[in-house]
Amino acid sequence: MNGVHDMGGMDGFGKVEPEPNEPMFHEEWESRVLAMVRAMGAAGAFNIDTSRFYRETLPPHVYLSSSYYKKWFLGLEEMLIDKGYLTREEVAAGHAMQPAKALKHGKFDRANVERVMVRGKFGRPASAPAKFNIGDRVRARNIHPATHTRLPRYVRGHVGVVELNHGCHVFPDTAAMERGENPQWLYTVVFEGRDLWGEDGDPTLKVSIDAFEPYLDPA
Amino acid sequence: MSQDHDHHHHDHDHSELSETELRVRALETILTEKGYVEPAALDAIIQAYETKIGPHNGARVVAKAWTDLAFKTALLQDGSKAIGTLGHVSRVGDHLVVVENTPERHNMVVCTLCSCYPWEMLGLPPVWYKAAPYRSRAVKDPRGVLADFGVALPKDTEIRVWDSTAETRFLVLPMRPAGTEGWSEEQLAELVTRDSMIGTGFPKTPGAPS
Repeated sequence: MNGVHDMGGMDGFGKVEPEPNEPMFHEEWESRVLAMVRAMGAAGAFNIDTSRFYRETLPPHVYLSSSYYKKWFLGLEEMLIDKGYLTREEVAAGHAMQPAKALKHGKFDRANVERVMVRGKFGRPASAPAKFNIGDRVRARNIHPATHTRLPRYVRGHVGVVELNHGCHVFPDTAAMERGENPQWLYTVVFEGRDLWGEDGDPTLKVSIDAFEPYLDPA
Repeated sequence: MSQDHDHHHHDHDHSELSETELRVRALETILTEKGYVEPAALDAIIQAYETKIGPHNGARVVAKAWTDLAFKTALLQDGSKAIGTLGHVSRVGDHLVVVENTPERHNMVVCTLCSCYPWEMLGLPPVWYKAAPYRSRAVKDPRGVLADFGVALPKDTEIRVWDSTAETRFLVLPMRPAGTEGWSEEQLAELVTRDSMIGTGFPKTPGAPS
């Protein structure tokens, strides 16, 4: 979706402000949100792409004015309501009122902690040969799905070169919408800065994205 | 999907933060009462993040690459596989790509769409990495971003920005500082900063105040 989360190349957000000796969490609740997201994801309530999509669909003014963990919280709450794990009435009351919905991987208890500390596996066996080779010129497709995609707007329509092939991976565009893993070849595609940003762009800049095969046409 | 987030009335006696805190507690209560999560397991997740991950993991990998050419070659070939051979830094997910800074090329990592970051190597990302100024400008004006960090590159150095748009993760292998000949891995690891592995900074130089 063409949301405000797709920030590459936008102007007006000001300077980057590193915080010296930044704490891991600025408020205790942030750590609870992180843990709840990790736990409910590991329990099978949602996949990582779905959770990203729920953050992206926050209203633009909410997205832009909320801290990172606030976005995580808002996305989590809405997603769990939509998926039937809790109700709006329960959220308003602050207590459980309805029977629980079964979780795919069961209750998240201490025995499950170790496995959330390593990233999930997203590589999948290939069902067809790769369409592109290293060094091929490709054009990022000019597509504008209203649903989740990982093709940023700033490269759409531009020509780049395939630099790496990462094998087949879960396709976020379908996984986020719970339409299956639909594995696709994944490539690093590199673009010249001036192709993206015009003649005034930095001549020393190259930018790469990791692009799934359905995002690309031969060029 | 509805987006009804505005149904709470704001009481002027409470900051937005305290209202958020109440909502977060309410959600945890519901998840616990419904039997979805065990609060002690949430505590254990937080404790693991606080104690087991952090830039010290990435720093060890970088220091080893600076002292062991065979390891460096393997690391640049397949980051996950090479790091998996190190007993003390074994928690690494698939598809970690390590990119090397050279006098000719400086690498910088961003996630313009959200905030993808090599957690196992660097810990949880800092706020600036997840915020709009960095996500918006890194791909268009990386030299301007570097200036915000007080970092300047020679004008001819190529800048390569890696936008983490998939489940691949990127770690920058910075250049080894001069004047560290004969240093041990442990000594070298002390020089490796988090930002030098994102590409928004350089390693510390020997003798400079930290």
